[in-house]
Amino acid sequence: MFMRNIAVGLGVLCLAVVALAPSVYAQAQTHFGFGAPASPEELAKFFAIPADGKGLPPGGGNAREGAKVYADNCAACHGQHLEGNPAKGIGGDKLIGGRGTLASKAPVKTVESYWPYATTLFDYVKRAMPFSSPGSLTNDQVYSVVAYILSEAKIIKATDTMNASTLPKVEMPNRNGFEPDPRPEIELYR
Amino acid sequence: MTGPAVIYDDKAQRMADAMVAAEARAIADRKAALEDCECKEGLFPTAGVTSRRRFLSFAGTSLAGVAGAASFAQAQEKAPPGAQYFAVPADPTKEQGRPVAGDGGYGSRSQFETEVRQRFPTATEYTSWSFTPLDKMVGNITASGLHFERHHNGIPTIDPGRHMLFVHGMVDSPKKFTMADLKRFPSVTRRHFIECSGNGLTEWNKPTLKTVQGTHGLLSTSEWTGVPFATIAREVGLKEGSTWVLAEGADAAVMTRSIPMEKMLKDALLAYGQNGEAIRPEQGYPLRLLLPGYEGNTNIKWLRRLEVSDKPFMTREETSKYTDLMANGKARQFTLDMESKSVITFPSGEMKLPGPGFYNVTGLAWSGRGRVQAVDVSIDAGKTWYPARIDSLPEPMCTIRFSYPWVWDGKPAVLQSRCTDETGYIQPTLKQLVAIRGDNGPFGSIYHLNAIQSWAVAADGSVTNVHA
Repeated sequence: MFMRNIAVGLGVLCLAVVALAPSVYAQAQTHFGFGAPASPEELAKFFAIPADGKGLPPGGGNAREGAKVYADNCAACHGQHLEGNPAKGIGGDKLIGGRGTLASKAPVKTVESYWPYATTLFDYVKRAMPFSSPGSLTNDQVYSVVAYILSEAKIIKATDTMNASTLPKVEMPNRNGFEPDPRPEIELYR
Repeated sequence: MTGPAVIYDDKAQRMADAMVAAEARAIADRKAALEDCECKEGLFPTAGVTSRRRFLSFAGTSLAGVAGAASFAQAQEKAPPGAQYFAVPADPTKEQGRPVAGDGGYGSRSQFETEVRQRFPTATEYTSWSFTPLDKMVGNITASGLHFERHHNGIPTIDPGRHMLFVHGMVDSPKKFTMADLKRFPSVTRRHFIECSGNGLTEWNKPTLKTVQGTHGLLSTSEWTGVPFATIAREVGLKEGSTWVLAEGADAAVMTRSIPMEKMLKDALLAYGQNGEAIRPEQGYPLRLLLPGYEGNTNIKWLRRLEVSDKPFMTREETSKYTDLMANGKARQFTLDMESKSVITFPSGEMKLPGPGFYNVTGLAWSGRGRVQAVDVSIDAGKTWYPARIDSLPEPMCTIRFSYPWVWDGKPAVLQSRCTDETGYIQPTLKQLVAIRGDNGPFGSIYHLNAIQSWAVAADGSVTNVHA
């Protein structure tokens, strides 16, 4: 009798454990509810400009205005004539030239010769330039310095205004110079 | 320059020359230290180095202008980075050691361990990279303090209490997550390598750097802990047609890369842990994207934002920089996988074998497409191959340590290793790779050099970087 009670007791205990187990684990969790909604106002400070120009801000500028922005903010590292500056502590890239060199033994990769989209130039300057005080230029300054670089590269005319509608339409010389990754190279398989 | 008909442009040439000079200075320092070391043969250059000269020479490499008698006493007391200097008793069994927790509760490495990352001498220190000293490393995991670095505008200091991850774009509910929020989600812990796709960029045309730290040191392996992106994707809901995700860092470069959604959902981690503790600042503290097997640059550090989209954003890094210009003038884009690769780390460049006899040749092998399946070793420049021993457990997109028992007969030899991954891909020779990628590197196709590395062992035991 005593033994039987223990057995029953254990049985009840086991059942209890079995019954409890699912609730201990809850359901297979696919949604946790952590984090908070991100408001449009909070997201407004971010940008990343794709080739179609989506997200380009209002404003604009041309090469004439851009020449001054360039002289004040860019020339120290990228050179008076956009030729780059390799000096120690500086190391700014060359920005123009190099067209027609990409298939040669000495390819020169610049905005003019290599970059496929003008929108990338806007995004990068607004994002990360000037190197020592990134993000400090106004949208008008960015548009105008982009216009200046594209104009010096003879991609647009000096009088052309760059803004949210004109910039994505700029045809970069190396627009069709890229292809998707063809790897793995199948000759390297057993 | 001599060698093949490949022309470095002036920028690439200057950088390569500067790195050769920096490496030569480091090697000279190491040799000077060895003169006071009992291991004169140069096989184990850091063993038992206690001399004053060692500390002086170490200081000389790390502090510009430290030289002469005035700074000697100071240099003598200086411990290497990551260590503290303590007086060395003649017999440690005859006096008490240091008190428990006297270090404040966080330990440091031995003052006798001097290995450090070495920076590539780019013109500015703010966009630059540093190499892991692979020749001195043991096992499979890279010490967090020796993990290679690549920064595009310095290392930011970020308060984790204020850091947020925003996830938005083509999602049902745009959300923001604090670090505390992210740590509440179930996490996974996985070992993966990260390799910069520029690893070896000086080595396309001729053997340029002398040590394996220079030729292969943009490779490191850690145990990473974090939340799978898939978990967060369920949390915000993905809209129909979302195929790419922009990842953005909170550094001064505000680094951005576009990542295929397929990869993000497969195995991307939002990682906050590295080797059992918080990710190091140089590795993205408090949060980084971890994309197993993808080129290093895509593993966005200091991650603050993920924007879901139906197309890539064509950022500066994925158009003008991390693309591979072929000989025909066309460039490959989104070459994201790091392919099967291996390297012998012992013996390697600038080491010297003391004489004929047994050597346990050892190295690392890895693949961005899965597990390492096999490693072969050759001692005759690839004419014959022998299977290596696999010394650690192969895991997906993770390095393994391999070894090969070699009895050197004292004759000149050329050591190579070759990795085959689980997809059947075999690590190519440099000749095979150049035949495919073209020879307009190193300013053409400078990235993704995964060719077999050759180390020549001369009759006097000296080991040098060669193309064979």
